[in-house]
Amino acid sequence: MKEEIVIAGFGGQGVLSMGKILAYAGLMDNLEVTWMPSYGPEQRGGTANVTVILSDAPISSPVLDSYDTAVVLNQQSLDKFEAKVKPGGTLIYDPSGIHRLPGRTDITVVSVDAMTAAIELQNSKTYNMILLGALLACRPVVGIDAVLRGLKKTLPERHHHLIPLNEQALRKGMGLVGDK
Amino acid sequence: MEEVKLMKGNEAIAHAAIRYGADGYFGYPITPQSEVLETLAELRPWETTGMVVLQAESEVAAINMVYGGAATGRAVMTSSSSPGVSLKQEGISYLAASELPALILNVMRGGPGLGTIQPSQADYFQATKGGGHGDYHLIVLAPASVQEMADFVALGFDLSFKYRTPAMILADGIVGQMMEKVILPEQRPRRTDEEVRAQCPWAACGRGNRDHKNVVTSLELDSAKMEVNNERFQATYRRIEENEVRYQEYFTDDADYLVVAFGSIARICLKAIEDARAKGLKIGLLRPITLWPFPTTRIAELSKQVKGMLTVELNAGQMVEDVRLAVEGAVPVRHFGRMGGMIPNPVEILDALASNFDELKL
Repeated sequence: MKEEIVIAGFGGQGVLSMGKILAYAGLMDNLEVTWMPSYGPEQRGGTANVTVILSDAPISSPVLDSYDTAVVLNQQSLDKFEAKVKPGGTLIYDPSGIHRLPGRTDITVVSVDAMTAAIELQNSKTYNMILLGALLACRPVVGIDAVLRGLKKTLPERHHHLIPLNEQALRKGMGLVGDK
Repeated sequence: MEEVKLMKGNEAIAHAAIRYGADGYFGYPITPQSEVLETLAELRPWETTGMVVLQAESEVAAINMVYGGAATGRAVMTSSSSPGVSLKQEGISYLAASELPALILNVMRGGPGLGTIQPSQADYFQATKGGGHGDYHLIVLAPASVQEMADFVALGFDLSFKYRTPAMILADGIVGQMMEKVILPEQRPRRTDEEVRAQCPWAACGRGNRDHKNVVTSLELDSAKMEVNNERFQATYRRIEENEVRYQEYFTDDADYLVVAFGSIARICLKAIEDARAKGLKIGLLRPITLWPFPTTRIAELSKQVKGMLTVELNAGQMVEDVRLAVEGAVPVRHFGRMGGMIPNPVEILDALASNFDELKL
């Protein structure tokens, strides 16, 4: 098993943390993991992206030119990464703010309205966990239990009361894909 | 069982320094390596091992604090990124000339000048050919993974004390910022004053019951004596060249062509070579782990086997010169590089191989 994933959007949307939570879940499942962020000023306001590779064999390059799965959260990221999804791969996008829809027919394209779902949960910070849930529904590379174990291990104890909300968001995201 | 952790290369450096039993870290923040100082500040080792962590007023101050700490026989280090490491060069030359052990981390970013914060390998010349003034070398280690970032702290300190010469970990923004699995070394105690006195009889740590006082200086105005000093430095460098060359090979057994690359770029090359092998192209990879001393002998041997070599570097062509010196014209040695913080992907590397060597065109 090897899954090469890019997550891209605006800085502040939780792109890097979503990748980090996915990487920790991979660690929980004893997979090999790399997490390679874009770093610097784009973390705050510009475009940010992160490459996460999960594999059951040692990983050579942490830098890629094509991906099995792309999660894109704004128009710039869609424009940049749509062409880089491998044939047969998966493109997940949030339709809010998208004016040019993806056009590829050789990949699975999934629209996930995570913004509306986050508003329904009355917590905009659940946005990236809803998307992670959607990602895992499309590409079950790690289980929800691994994500939750990863959160428990990495979050400071004082934040552990937020884990049920995160689980709710993950399941809501999975449900959004299940509906289709 | 040892615990597997997930962390950035920069964070691994900080954890490994504490666990090595380092006595001091002196630094000044700069992207892409600020997490070293941040992680040390968060871990507060002064409350546990007693390690000093100090944010200096500048890079120049930090390297001179390293000089002071090293002169007392203590295991001390600094870290910075390219523009900051340029500022440290005077102090590094003084460390080399005073035969002091120290560990310096450079997480390279694109230059010249203030340049960019994105990854680069354009400080290869500076790291391996001296960098500061005078005839000297650093032991230069090039990590390709977060695990090696952690492991090379102990290796760098150990070699540095063994040969009484500063060592550098020459990393880049990729391996500094990337998160991977890492197994950290066991916590070692810091050396006691008695151990330091016994292991570093040259250290200026108080006269005690010695019959003489130790003086640490790089100044010697008597030219005849200064030449003797230089000869001693050079003899040390020859011993290091004989004993400390480290490298890793992939697919070289049957290789017709060889890629030479260091640090994280070697891993991108490995991915390209795996793809090429799947298409039947016999390409091998040599990754120098020590950039100085350079694996000259092994590359010379391989030049009798392969038809050509390509170096892939994040610069305009620096290590390629050392490969050409090793090969002595036996086979063509070409260079492919990206600059300014751009990173080549595996496809570009395969294209570079094909455009340099007709046989590798598909």
